[in-house]
Amino acid sequence: MASTIRVRATSNGDITEVQALIQHPMDTGFVKDAKGEIIPPHFIQRLTFEHDGKPVFIADWGTAVSKDPYVKFSFKGGKKGDELKIGWLDNKGATDATSAKIQ
Amino acid sequence: MPSRNDFSAARRVILKGVGAVALIGLGNTALGGLPALAAANDKYPEEAFKQKSDADAIKALFGKPHEASDQVKLDAPEIAENGGVVPISVTTTLADVTSIAFLVSENPNALAASYQIPPGTVPAVANRLKMAKTTNVIVIVEAGGKLYSATKEVKVTVGGCGG
Repeated sequence: MASTIRVRATSNGDITEVQALIQHPMDTGFVKDAKGEIIPPHFIQRLTFEHDGKPVFIADWGTAVSKDPYVKFSFKGGKKGDELKIGWLDNKGATDATSAKIQ
Repeated sequence: MPSRNDFSAARRVILKGVGAVALIGLGNTALGGLPALAAANDKYPEEAFKQKSDADAIKALFGKPHEASDQVKLDAPEIAENGGVVPISVTTTLADVTSIAFLVSENPNALAASYQIPPGTVPAVANRLKMAKTTNVIVIVEAGGKLYSATKEVKVTVGGCGG
Protein backbone atom coordinates (compact mmCIF):
# COMPACT_ATOMS: atom_id res chain seq x y z
CA MET A 1 0.00 0.00 0.00
CA ALA A 2 1.22 3.41 -0.81
CA SER A 3 2.04 5.56 2.19
CA THR A 4 -0.71 7.74 3.62
CA ILE A 5 1.88 10.41 4.35
CA ARG A 6 3.20 12.96 1.86
CA VAL A 7 5.96 15.19 3.15
CA ARG A 8 8.02 17.97 1.67
CA ALA A 9 10.96 19.30 3.65
CA THR A 10 13.07 22.09 2.18
CA SER A 11 16.10 23.72 3.76
CA ASN A 12 17.29 27.25 3.04
CA GLY A 13 20.56 26.48 4.84
CA ASP A 14 19.36 27.71 8.22
CA ILE A 15 15.73 26.71 8.59
CA THR A 16 13.98 23.60 7.30
CA GLU A 17 10.34 24.08 6.35
CA VAL A 18 8.18 20.98 6.57
CA GLN A 19 4.77 20.48 5.00
CA ALA A 20 2.85 17.26 5.48
CA LEU A 21 -0.39 16.00 4.02
CA ILE A 22 -1.89 12.78 5.36
CA GLN A 23 -4.73 10.69 4.00
CA HIS A 24 -7.08 9.96 6.88
CA PRO A 25 -10.90 10.22 7.26
CA MET A 26 -10.68 12.09 10.61
CA ASP A 27 -14.27 11.03 11.43
CA THR A 28 -15.71 13.04 14.32
CA GLY A 29 -18.34 10.60 15.55
CA PHE A 30 -21.04 13.27 14.99
CA VAL A 31 -21.81 12.45 11.37
CA LYS A 32 -24.38 9.89 10.17
CA ASP A 33 -23.97 7.74 7.09
CA ALA A 34 -26.56 7.25 4.31
CA LYS A 35 -28.44 4.70 6.47
CA GLY A 36 -28.72 7.16 9.35
CA GLU A 37 -26.16 5.32 11.46
CA ILE A 38 -23.46 7.24 13.30
CA ILE A 39 -20.00 6.88 11.79
CA PRO A 40 -17.81 6.17 14.85
CA PRO A 41 -14.92 8.51 15.64
CA HIS A 42 -11.76 7.64 13.69
CA PHE A 43 -8.98 10.19 13.88
CA ILE A 44 -5.22 10.59 14.18
CA GLN A 45 -4.24 11.30 17.77
CA ARG A 46 -0.51 11.83 17.46
CA LEU A 47 1.79 12.74 14.60
CA THR A 48 5.53 12.89 15.24
CA PHE A 49 8.41 14.30 13.20
CA GLU A 50 11.95 13.21 14.10
CA HIS A 51 15.27 14.54 12.88
CA ASP A 52 18.61 13.09 13.97
CA GLY A 53 16.93 10.84 16.57
CA LYS A 54 15.11 13.70 18.29
CA PRO A 55 11.50 14.87 17.92
CA VAL A 56 11.30 18.27 16.20
CA PHE A 57 7.50 18.52 16.21
CA ILE A 58 4.71 16.57 17.93
CA ALA A 59 1.07 17.11 16.99
CA ASP A 60 -1.73 15.91 19.28
CA TRP A 61 -5.00 16.02 17.40
CA GLY A 62 -8.68 15.76 18.20
CA THR A 63 -11.59 15.21 15.81
CA ALA A 64 -11.73 18.91 14.83
CA VAL A 65 -8.70 18.58 12.56
CA SER A 66 -9.93 18.50 8.96
CA LYS A 67 -10.14 15.33 6.89
CA ASP A 68 -6.85 14.52 5.12
CA PRO A 69 -4.93 16.74 7.55
CA TYR A 70 -2.33 19.30 6.54
CA VAL A 71 0.29 20.81 8.79
CA LYS A 72 3.25 23.13 8.28
CA PHE A 73 6.12 24.00 10.64
CA SER A 74 9.84 24.84 10.53
CA PHE A 75 12.89 23.88 12.54
CA LYS A 76 16.58 24.77 12.80
CA GLY A 77 19.49 22.34 12.48
CA GLY A 78 18.42 20.31 9.43
CA LYS A 79 20.66 20.04 6.36
CA LYS A 80 19.94 19.11 2.76
CA GLY A 81 20.09 15.30 2.45
CA ASP A 82 19.23 14.68 6.13
CA GLU A 83 16.49 12.22 6.87
CA LEU A 84 13.22 13.25 8.51
CA LYS A 85 11.09 10.48 10.03
CA ILE A 86 7.34 10.89 10.24
CA GLY A 87 4.80 8.64 11.95
CA TRP A 88 1.20 8.75 13.12
CA LEU A 89 -1.06 6.77 15.46
CA ASP A 90 -4.88 6.93 15.38
CA ASN A 91 -7.57 6.21 18.00
CA LYS A 92 -8.08 2.68 16.62
CA GLY A 93 -4.41 1.85 17.08
CA ALA A 94 -3.53 2.02 13.37
CA THR A 95 -0.19 3.54 12.45
CA ASP A 96 1.80 4.58 9.44
CA ALA A 97 5.33 5.88 9.09
CA THR A 98 7.62 7.13 6.38
CA SER A 99 10.80 9.09 5.96
CA ALA A 100 11.76 11.93 3.67
CA LYS A 101 15.03 13.55 2.64
CA ILE A 102 15.41 17.26 3.29
CA GLN A 103 15.78 19.04 -0.06
CA MET B 1 53.06 -31.94 29.17
CA PRO B 2 52.86 -28.36 30.46
CA SER B 3 52.49 -26.81 27.05
CA ARG B 4 49.10 -28.45 26.51
CA ASN B 5 47.79 -27.16 29.86
CA ASP B 6 48.94 -23.71 29.01
CA PHE B 7 47.06 -23.92 25.74
CA SER B 8 43.73 -24.93 27.26
CA ALA B 9 44.07 -22.31 29.99
CA ALA B 10 44.69 -19.72 27.34
CA ARG B 11 41.70 -21.00 25.38
CA ARG B 12 39.48 -20.65 28.44
CA VAL B 13 40.56 -17.08 28.90
CA ILE B 14 39.86 -16.33 25.27
CA LEU B 15 36.38 -17.89 25.43
CA LYS B 16 35.58 -15.95 28.61
CA GLY B 17 36.70 -12.85 26.82
CA VAL B 18 34.39 -13.52 23.87
CA GLY B 19 31.48 -14.10 26.24
CA ALA B 20 32.13 -10.84 28.01
CA VAL B 21 32.30 -8.92 24.75
CA ALA B 22 29.02 -10.45 23.63
CA LEU B 23 27.37 -9.40 26.89
CA ILE B 24 28.67 -5.86 26.60
CA GLY B 25 27.35 -5.76 23.05
CA LEU B 26 23.87 -6.76 24.19
CA GLY B 27 24.02 -4.22 27.01
CA ASN B 28 24.71 -1.44 24.53
CA THR B 29 21.79 -2.31 22.30
CA ALA B 30 19.42 -2.43 25.25
CA LEU B 31 20.59 0.97 26.47
CA GLY B 32 20.48 2.37 22.95
CA GLY B 33 16.74 1.72 22.82
CA LEU B 34 16.00 3.74 25.95
CA PRO B 35 16.03 7.37 24.76
CA ALA B 36 13.35 6.70 22.16
CA LEU B 37 11.11 5.15 24.81
CA ALA B 38 11.64 8.08 27.16
CA ALA B 39 10.76 10.57 24.40
CA ALA B 40 7.52 8.75 23.59
CA ASN B 41 6.64 8.63 27.25
CA ASP B 42 4.66 11.82 27.59
CA LYS B 43 1.11 10.98 26.73
CA TYR B 44 -1.67 12.07 24.42
CA PRO B 45 -3.84 14.52 26.47
CA GLU B 46 -7.03 12.50 26.16
CA GLU B 47 -8.92 14.28 28.98
CA ALA B 48 -8.33 17.74 27.50
CA PHE B 49 -9.70 16.61 24.12
CA LYS B 50 -12.85 15.25 25.81
CA GLN B 51 -13.79 18.58 27.44
CA LYS B 52 -16.70 20.45 25.87
CA SER B 53 -15.96 24.09 26.70
CA ASP B 54 -12.80 26.00 25.81
CA ALA B 55 -12.23 26.98 29.47
CA ASP B 56 -12.39 23.36 30.66
CA ALA B 57 -10.11 22.19 27.84
CA ILE B 58 -7.48 24.84 28.64
CA LYS B 59 -7.73 23.89 32.33
CA ALA B 60 -7.27 20.18 31.55
CA LEU B 61 -4.40 20.80 29.14
CA PHE B 62 -2.41 23.45 31.01
CA GLY B 63 -4.07 23.98 34.41
CA LYS B 64 -3.24 27.69 34.56
CA PRO B 65 -4.68 31.02 33.42
CA HIS B 66 -3.80 32.73 30.13
CA GLU B 67 -3.56 36.37 29.11
CA ALA B 68 -4.16 37.94 25.71
CA SER B 69 -0.93 38.99 24.01
CA ASP B 70 -0.29 41.02 20.85
CA GLN B 71 2.88 38.96 20.41
CA VAL B 72 0.69 36.06 19.33
CA LYS B 73 -0.46 36.49 15.72
CA LEU B 74 -3.44 34.38 14.76
CA ASP B 75 -4.24 34.21 11.07
CA ALA B 76 -7.71 32.93 10.16
CA PRO B 77 -10.22 33.94 7.48
CA GLU B 78 -13.00 36.48 8.30
CA ILE B 79 -15.51 34.21 6.64
CA ALA B 80 -15.13 30.48 6.02
CA GLU B 81 -17.43 29.17 3.31
CA ASN B 82 -16.72 25.58 4.24
CA GLY B 83 -16.53 24.94 7.99
CA GLY B 84 -15.01 21.53 7.26
CA VAL B 85 -11.70 23.02 6.12
CA VAL B 86 -10.72 26.31 7.74
CA PRO B 87 -7.05 27.23 7.26
CA ILE B 88 -5.71 28.65 10.53
CA SER B 89 -2.12 29.52 11.40
CA VAL B 90 -0.22 31.18 14.20
CA THR B 91 3.17 32.81 14.62
CA THR B 92 4.65 34.42 17.68
CA THR B 93 7.61 36.59 18.62
CA LEU B 94 7.59 35.17 22.16
CA ALA B 95 10.76 33.35 23.28
CA ASP B 96 11.05 29.87 24.85
CA VAL B 97 7.83 28.54 23.33
CA THR B 98 7.15 24.94 24.38
CA SER B 99 3.65 24.35 23.02
CA ILE B 100 0.87 25.83 20.89
CA ALA B 101 -2.81 24.81 21.16
CA PHE B 102 -5.79 25.59 18.89
CA LEU B 103 -9.35 25.73 20.22
CA VAL B 104 -12.68 26.35 18.51
CA SER B 105 -15.07 27.70 21.19
CA GLU B 106 -18.40 26.28 20.11
CA ASN B 107 -17.32 22.99 18.60
CA PRO B 108 -18.71 19.89 20.40
CA ASN B 109 -15.21 19.51 21.89
CA ALA B 110 -13.38 22.83 21.99
CA LEU B 111 -9.76 21.61 21.81
CA ALA B 112 -8.79 20.92 18.19
CA ALA B 113 -5.02 20.47 18.22
CA SER B 114 -2.07 20.80 20.55
CA TYR B 115 1.50 21.00 19.26
CA GLN B 116 4.72 20.44 21.20
CA ILE B 117 7.52 22.77 20.14
CA PRO B 118 10.95 21.39 21.14
CA PRO B 119 13.95 23.78 21.38
CA GLY B 120 15.17 24.63 17.86
CA THR B 121 11.72 24.43 16.32
CA VAL B 122 10.24 27.71 15.07
CA PRO B 123 7.13 28.73 17.10
CA ALA B 124 4.77 28.85 14.13
CA VAL B 125 2.19 26.33 12.95
CA ALA B 126 -0.30 26.20 10.08
CA ASN B 127 -3.12 23.67 9.97
CA ARG B 128 -6.73 23.18 8.83
CA LEU B 129 -9.57 22.79 11.31
CA LYS B 130 -13.27 22.00 11.33
CA MET B 131 -15.72 24.58 12.68
CA ALA B 132 -19.32 23.70 13.54
CA LYS B 133 -20.57 27.30 13.30
CA THR B 134 -19.60 30.96 13.58
CA THR B 135 -17.50 31.19 16.73
CA ASN B 136 -14.17 32.20 18.23
CA VAL B 137 -10.89 30.51 17.40
CA ILE B 138 -8.52 30.69 20.34
CA VAL B 139 -4.82 29.96 20.17
CA ILE B 140 -2.79 29.44 23.33
CA VAL B 141 1.00 29.74 23.28
CA GLU B 142 2.96 28.40 26.23
CA ALA B 143 6.21 30.34 26.55
CA GLY B 144 8.59 30.30 29.50
CA GLY B 145 5.96 28.43 31.54
CA LYS B 146 3.27 31.11 30.99
CA LEU B 147 0.24 31.11 28.72
CA TYR B 148 -0.46 33.78 26.10
CA SER B 149 -3.48 33.82 23.82
CA ALA B 150 -5.05 35.38 20.75
CA THR B 151 -8.70 35.13 19.70
CA LYS B 152 -10.47 35.75 16.43
CA GLU B 153 -14.07 35.24 15.37
CA VAL B 154 -14.56 33.30 12.14
CA LYS B 155 -17.93 33.43 10.39
CA VAL B 156 -18.94 30.03 9.08
CA THR B 157 -21.55 29.75 6.33
CA VAL B 158 -21.68 25.93 6.17
CA GLY B 159 -20.79 24.03 9.37
CA GLY B 160 -18.09 21.41 9.35
CA CYS B 161 -19.38 18.85 11.79
CA GLY B 162 -21.87 17.27 9.40
CA GLY B 163 -25.40 16.77 10.50
